Amino acid sequence: MSISRRKFLGWIGAAGMGTALGTSAKAASNKAFTGYPDSMGVLHDTVLCVGCRTCEAACSKVNELPPPEKPFTDLSVLDTKRRTAVEAYTVVNKYEHAGKQGKPVFVKKQCNHCLEPACASACFVKAFAKSKEGAVTYDPSVCVGCRYCMVACPFNIPSYEYDSAFSPRVVKCTMCHPRILEGKVPGCVEACPKEALTFGKREDLLKIARERIQKYPDRYADHIYGEHEMGGTSWLYLSGTAFGNIGMREDLGVKPAPELTAGALGAVPIVVGLWPVLLTGIYAMSRRKEKIAAEEKEQAVAAAVAEIEAKADKKLADVRAKAEKDLAKAEKDKEAAVKREVQKALGEAAAKHEEKAKTETEEES
Amino acid sequence: MSRHDTALYRKELYTPFNLVAGIILIIGCVITVLRFTKGLGTVTHLDDNYPWGIWIGFDLLAGVALAAGGYVTSSAVYIFGMKRYHSAVRPAILTGFLGYALVVFALNYDVGRPWRLPYPFIMQQGTTSLLFEVAACVALYLTVLFIEFTPAALEWLGLRRARNIVTKLTMLLTIFGVVLSTLHQSSLGALFLLAPSKLHPLWYSGYLPVFFFVSSIIAGLSMVIFESTLSHHYFADKMDKTHLEEKEGVALGFAKAASLVLAGYFAIKLIGIAVDNNWHWLATGYGLWFLAELLGFVALPSLLYAVGVREKNLTLIKWTSGMTVFGIILNRLNICLIAFNWHLPYAEKYFPHWMEIGISVFILTIGVLVFRFIVTRMPVLYEHPDYKDTHH
Amino acid sequence: MEFYTLQEFMTYTKGITYLLMAAILVGITGFWLFLTDRDEN
Repeated sequence: MSISRRKFLGWIGAAGMGTALGTSAKAASNKAFTGYPDSMGVLHDTVLCVGCRTCEAACSKVNELPPPEKPFTDLSVLDTKRRTAVEAYTVVNKYEHAGKQGKPVFVKKQCNHCLEPACASACFVKAFAKSKEGAVTYDPSVCVGCRYCMVACPFNIPSYEYDSAFSPRVVKCTMCHPRILEGKVPGCVEACPKEALTFGKREDLLKIARERIQKYPDRYADHIYGEHEMGGTSWLYLSGTAFGNIGMREDLGVKPAPELTAGALGAVPIVVGLWPVLLTGIYAMSRRKEKIAAEEKEQAVAAAVAEIEAKADKKLADVRAKAEKDLAKAEKDKEAAVKREVQKALGEAAAKHEEKAKTETEEES
Repeated sequence: MSRHDTALYRKELYTPFNLVAGIILIIGCVITVLRFTKGLGTVTHLDDNYPWGIWIGFDLLAGVALAAGGYVTSSAVYIFGMKRYHSAVRPAILTGFLGYALVVFALNYDVGRPWRLPYPFIMQQGTTSLLFEVAACVALYLTVLFIEFTPAALEWLGLRRARNIVTKLTMLLTIFGVVLSTLHQSSLGALFLLAPSKLHPLWYSGYLPVFFFVSSIIAGLSMVIFESTLSHHYFADKMDKTHLEEKEGVALGFAKAASLVLAGYFAIKLIGIAVDNNWHWLATGYGLWFLAELLGFVALPSLLYAVGVREKNLTLIKWTSGMTVFGIILNRLNICLIAFNWHLPYAEKYFPHWMEIGISVFILTIGVLVFRFIVTRMPVLYEHPDYKDTHH
Repeated sequence: MEFYTLQEFMTYTKGITYLLMAAILVGITGFWLFLTDRDEN
């Protein structure tokens, strides 16, 4: 059983080695990636947003989505928390008492178009791509429908057409990529009556956001959401309160998504490179051990056989010697017996002869 | 090993087991039709927050872990030279092969457009995705397991030459099998590295791939014991003398190994908590659940296995193997479903639709039936008399 | 080749890595045969 223990200790050690190698195998050593230059984005200033849902209506129209149950003018919809869905690429949520003097705050939610999209990192058919214009695009013609993108998205944005049996797609905001290519601005931005949405180069938007914070320090929290979250997003947010109060996760960290899996991905080729070597080595060792064991066994058998043979020989010799001795004795005995018989016969003959002679003498006389 | 005559066979067909299996198969077929004509929305409770349900959590994640017996046993025997476990190889390879085949089968239900499953290889390669890695390895490993299993089928069919060619590849296939298993078992855990904000910190760890790999060894070892117990119960007449003689040694040896690996797994799980400084989470509700998993289904089985081995208590070992298997399933469900989206309010959490469970049971039933079909015909639990002592 | 995003860079490098892995698996098998070819068994 000691082999079994050694084996599994070895495995644990080997697994540990895999990890060590994995974590040390950095994705891109010292390389830094700054994203596409001059890519576009949108700045959403939640302080300016009044929750009129005009952007939702515009989005629905531009993307030719089915009309919702309640019209976009019905603001009672805002009373329940919503997320993006198949029929709504963007939704506005209301956060009661989150604003100044207990006023509600409205936040528009849609794809944030990450600089390093988690969905793209997750997709095994490259259906998602970060375009140089800034939009994260989706290609339904290759999508298998594994929905790993939805698991990966830290903002819970992609939605899936669960009710389609034959051509279900993942759907999400496209930043109106086709419109951007035509030189237009995204539908929601165009429709916003309060300039709560600003479309422009991400670099410029960051400047604008910083200016607003600087100019109105009492109106804005000193944080541009999306500047660094998950490695940065093309959609940026300003808020009058902590982002945690308006339904935005503050614990996402600044690590871009591909970096999260880089260590594990880096370990893969190392395993492929070293596992066969390690395993073949172990195999060779166990084979060698077997061979030595077999040889030793063979030797032991040979020795045992030799010993037995020697013993047998000795026994045989003894037997033979004894037999010879016996034979000799037997011969001697036989000789003696013959002699005895002969003497006996001779004796008898002599006696007979004597008797005969005696009788003859008696007859003569 | 004698073949049943038809009348006997027909009589055997109407057992309670077969009737239940038949009903499950019929229901499964109905759900299958619904799934492929009405879409996922009709038969599942999946939604935009829970794109993965039990078909991924149980059928894929737990299924792949529990099918690890194949690589664990074949490497023990062929690479590490533990010839005394040889009779355990074929059943383990068969269980592994069926396990993986059913995982792939189940995936056809889960993905939106199953006919596109080859797309990652033939259309566009999403090489940054751990899922690409998993897909490639599972596809390759399924092939490896299939080839590894063919000697039994070829012996059954009497194709001696083909069988001898395949057995020459044993070493190569075994090593490939371990490489591929190491990769995809760990990559299944690594899938969740991408979602640190959704998986509860106690389960999320940079060590997830290592946890998954090590626990797959535990699952593989325990499944061999568990499966051998069941096989012995139902197919004892199919087992030859060697198999019956080695069985006890297999159970003791594998239990000892499982106990040790469980101890190691327990240790690295503790280290996982320490490196991320997650101690304070232990005092929460999720923390108690985490402790239940860690103490109840890692530490305890390790101890029970150890006691079972020391006292040569096979009954204890058998029960512990079932418990360990349950623990691994629980771990996969925790990561994929229960501790996933832990921020969501309870009302928005996922609970499987009965039809999702129906399909999982349906697939499991197919597995049991195919296993039975094979072991009652092919030389799996016994050595084919013509190939005795060739040892492959 | 210039990469603007880590995602692009990784897609490219991992793609090459996958090709290398396939080559390694075939290569190491062949190399083992070469290495042990003249072993007397």
